[in-house]
Amino acid sequence: MARQVKTSRKIAFTVIAWGVGLAIFFPILWTFLTSFKTEADAIADPPLFLNFHWTLENYTAVQERSDYFSHFMNSVIISVGSTLAGLVIAVPAAWAMAFVPGKRTKDVLMWMLSTKMLPPVGVLVPLYLLFRDAGLLDTRIGLVIVLTLINLPIIIWMLYTYFREIPGEILEAARMDGASLKAEILYVLTPMAVPGIASTLLLNIILAWNEAFWTLNLTAANAAPLTAFIASYSSPEGLFYAKLSAASTMAIAPILIMGWFSQKQLVRGLTFGAVK
Amino acid sequence: MGSITLEKVQKIYGNVEVIPGIDLTINDGEFVVFVGPSGCGKSTLLRLIAGLEDVSGGTLKIDGRDVTDIAPAKRGLAMVFQSYALYPHMSVRKNIAFPLKMAGVDKAEQDRKVEAAAKVLNLTPYLDRRPGQLSGGQRQRVAIGRAIVREPSAFLFDEPLSNLDAALRVNMRLEISELHQSLKTTMIYVTHDQVEAMTMADKIVVLQAGNVEQVGSPLELYRTPRNRFVAGFIGSPKMNFVEGEEAARHGAYAIGVRPEHLALSKESGQWKGTVGVSEHLGSDTFCYVHVDGIGTLNVRTSGEVSVHHGDTVYLTPSEANIHRFDKDGMALR
Repeated sequence: MARQVKTSRKIAFTVIAWGVGLAIFFPILWTFLTSFKTEADAIADPPLFLNFHWTLENYTAVQERSDYFSHFMNSVIISVGSTLAGLVIAVPAAWAMAFVPGKRTKDVLMWMLSTKMLPPVGVLVPLYLLFRDAGLLDTRIGLVIVLTLINLPIIIWMLYTYFREIPGEILEAARMDGASLKAEILYVLTPMAVPGIASTLLLNIILAWNEAFWTLNLTAANAAPLTAFIASYSSPEGLFYAKLSAASTMAIAPILIMGWFSQKQLVRGLTFGAVK
Repeated sequence: MGSITLEKVQKIYGNVEVIPGIDLTINDGEFVVFVGPSGCGKSTLLRLIAGLEDVSGGTLKIDGRDVTDIAPAKRGLAMVFQSYALYPHMSVRKNIAFPLKMAGVDKAEQDRKVEAAAKVLNLTPYLDRRPGQLSGGQRQRVAIGRAIVREPSAFLFDEPLSNLDAALRVNMRLEISELHQSLKTTMIYVTHDQVEAMTMADKIVVLQAGNVEQVGSPLELYRTPRNRFVAGFIGSPKMNFVEGEEAARHGAYAIGVRPEHLALSKESGQWKGTVGVSEHLGSDTFCYVHVDGIGTLNVRTSGEVSVHHGDTVYLTPSEANIHRFDKDGMALR
């Protein structure tokens, strides 16, 4: 039976939830508003909330000064490419760990996760040198490789969790029905795990899209994604807040819209293993 | 063809011997039931035959061919699982066609075979539904359909009826038996339910702790159980065991009398007791009678007998049907 919750408590929780939600959303809202201000209004003290002179001049300036579309394409290629490459590696890996676990499977999973605990800057120099020698600096393929590796532990972990929910007997039935390992993964496991794979895909595109450390350090001009596009508007002198905000808004808009449309899938996917 | 031979087949997990070593021959066309209490290794044995588990020692042959190290897909066996294990994302038609698709059978032939199987199993109206839209019995039939289309050399059933309700279970039991009559293919059936074993099997293999206790036809096991375990496991209700003086009188450590081999009388008889519980089923009456110096005996009488709690009754065992056992539980003959 559902617990009885007093109306006053319900109201209190609703207010708190909205408060937290707005607090989290506020920086994005502020960036969005600032992008429509003049540079002078952007640094006004006290800050102006809505009563400023609305202008689109920052967007025109940003468009004139840099090539948004090429950065956008770089972001799309890097985030989608690294996610797909990650999936191709992670599906068999997660299959192995979920359905034929060995003595060390848990340790391997922990070890993979532990690579995420390392501060990336710790491996920046060796990785930079490797990239320089391999001619991968400022290339899309280089970024796809590095982001695949960075996000692989998360992809494997998520898929592992979803795969564990799939009854092993169904895969055994496929084996009895004469399916090879490839057929078993392709025709039985993958279609059954589609919801899980879809949310893994979405989350990793978002992570890769927002990744700033490696994309900033390993690119210059050719392969620079939107993170670099934003960063190029930050300068040590002069007024740049409004233009920076306009660039940020343009950079996050596509992923925000994608996230908005897929939020049902994302929430379902992320809580899949937890609440079932 | 589908004869299966096990030679010293072993299964060891870590240092636990699940199956210490089994020798068994299953002839072509036989309906063999593996029966035993839960944890006796019967499912493991079936999975070893299927190839879903690796054999730790010994050899396994199908039609004389050594398949010990051959992948399950290549053994030519079909399996029906307890959970049905249907592919939830495929229609019934695609589920049944899956083994054919894997075998590279062309589309027209696939359709023909699926239609034929569906007709036999009364699944034709459901071919385009998903497994989630079917009842338990229908799902079970889909699982059987998926097994029969590929014309395997043997069928393996792993407790296929335990998720069904009692009435449906009896129906499906008949359907599977009928299927065996018409296909004449070897079937190996695992169950913990001795009624299923008795009614379906040509040959029963009674297992306990990974060992074969006895192999024989249902009536052989009923009439001449090799030991106390088989005697107690086969037959419903269970055989009554009596130790001590009464057993000694028969020259045994223990004697066993089946409930149906005890005559119940209100006037006179060999053992005097009081009725504890009586169960009236109409066709039969089961009485649990407390006999002094012997213990509680279960008696089965056919028809309706008017006995109630606390009544004094007399029991007489049918001498010809008394089973005698030695101290180790082995039958004395």
